[in-house]
Amino acid sequence: MKAIISVTGKDSVGIIAKVSAVCATYNANITEITQSVLHEYFAMIMLCDISDLSVSFSTFSDKMTELGKASNLEIHAMHEDIFNSMHKI
Amino acid sequence: MLDTKDILETIQMIRDENLDVRTITMGISLYDCASDDATRLCTKVYDKITKLAEYLVATGERLEKRYGVPIVNKRVSVTPAALIGATLDEAGYLKLAHALQNAAETVGVNFIGGYTALVHKGMTESDKRMIATIPQALSETKNLCSSVNVATTKAGINMDAVRLMGQIIKQTAFLTKDEQSIGCAKLVVFANVPEDNPFMAGAFHGVGEPEAVINVGVSGPGVVASAIKRAGDCDLSALADVIKNTAFKITRVGQLVAHEAAKELNIPFGIVDLSLAPTPAIGDSVALILENMGLESTGGHGTTAALAMLNDAVKKGGVMASSHVGGLSGAFIPVSEDAGMIAAVEKGTLSIEKLEAMTAVCSVGLDMIAIPGDTEDDVICGIIADEISIGVANTKTTAVRLIPAYGKKAGDRVEFGGLLGYAPVIPVRTESPSVFIRRGGRIPAPIHSLKN
Repeated sequence: MKAIISVTGKDSVGIIAKVSAVCATYNANITEITQSVLHEYFAMIMLCDISDLSVSFSTFSDKMTELGKASNLEIHAMHEDIFNSMHKI
Repeated sequence: MLDTKDILETIQMIRDENLDVRTITMGISLYDCASDDATRLCTKVYDKITKLAEYLVATGERLEKRYGVPIVNKRVSVTPAALIGATLDEAGYLKLAHALQNAAETVGVNFIGGYTALVHKGMTESDKRMIATIPQALSETKNLCSSVNVATTKAGINMDAVRLMGQIIKQTAFLTKDEQSIGCAKLVVFANVPEDNPFMAGAFHGVGEPEAVINVGVSGPGVVASAIKRAGDCDLSALADVIKNTAFKITRVGQLVAHEAAKELNIPFGIVDLSLAPTPAIGDSVALILENMGLESTGGHGTTAALAMLNDAVKKGGVMASSHVGGLSGAFIPVSEDAGMIAAVEKGTLSIEKLEAMTAVCSVGLDMIAIPGDTEDDVICGIIADEISIGVANTKTTAVRLIPAYGKKAGDRVEFGGLLGYAPVIPVRTESPSVFIRRGGRIPAPIHSLKN
């Protein structure tokens, strides 16, 4: 099972570190990261293996949303199937 | 890995453009609950619904989290009450209405549909008893939805039932007058009713359906409106492609959720209903789509053509995205649930006559339209007969959900709140069709119904 974590917002120091720390806490294994910064606007997409997550995916997703709120970023953790369904035939 | 652009597009659709799955509806057969003892029947009905749908809401909420897409409603539809309650008297039917309401409350769904009678060719004595209880049943319950099918292309139009429904709608408006006649928002009169529709208020579990089934209704007018806006200055062929591509993506989300819900609940997947269902939220409007296509205002000349094209493109895009398509499938034009439609009525550009014309080329019919409370019963019957004729003649579903708002006149406003929104009271013609309506009998089926 894989999840996509998307992070968007104003660039600042330590965004990847904060998101990675939450992944590590709940045993989500990061397998790929792409990120770009455009005019101070930060966009990162992280692919994680969530097969061995230590909590339910709902809880993990809530933790990411909380982190987003605390850091003034938009963070969404979503199962990769929704993207595969919408964008691949 | 997935394309970053695609990922951000999905997130934008959900966050900014109101993409959601409008409803997961569990259809439940109640045939095995039939009993000539009302109490026993009601106990069996309550037990069956609460057992089968026990985890429906929790499953919906879990899927919502997993995929990050809102699943707005979780609902239950059941076998038409008039069928399983054929032995009941009126008091028995009302007991059944309360049992359905109690079951809905226990499982936590926001609507339960199936207080229904299918009388397109004629009414049985039990159909008549059941229909007579609709006003009281809707006034005494909060989440129960009722529907009556009065016509099919095969059978023609049962005008005795049409006449009766004019009276039933008025009685329902009166009995719920303290809540802006809200009972009428839960009552639909149909032609060619689909038996697997997941959308309320017309959902019920049809006679040919399995023991239980999961049907899903998708939505996304806001997504289509934004995609059309982004497409800019292109011709209509290109615009149709934009709508098809968007409808495909929206429907794939519905298909995914339907498939997973069916798997987790261990209940077969039925259909995905490819509908554009608006909400009162700003931007989540079918009228806005029509205006983004290039109309100055919904209701003006050109509206029917734009809506016909939209409806067709939604179906073409959606049909490839789902393994089984059914229900109503098409663009909805409920006035009170669509901010753009409300604005067009308030501006005076959208009339009930134009709405009727629009229903010839889209899903459903005259939906969530508030009319003056003093509208004569027979005039309401005339509106129903007109709308139902469009469905019968065109071999499509049409429906009427009118709210003759008690004590209100044209230009007043009726507020329902939530997903039902608010509606400006729209003027209707007052010339009487009484002699025509009171002839009764059946309008014969059209010649093109003879296809064999």
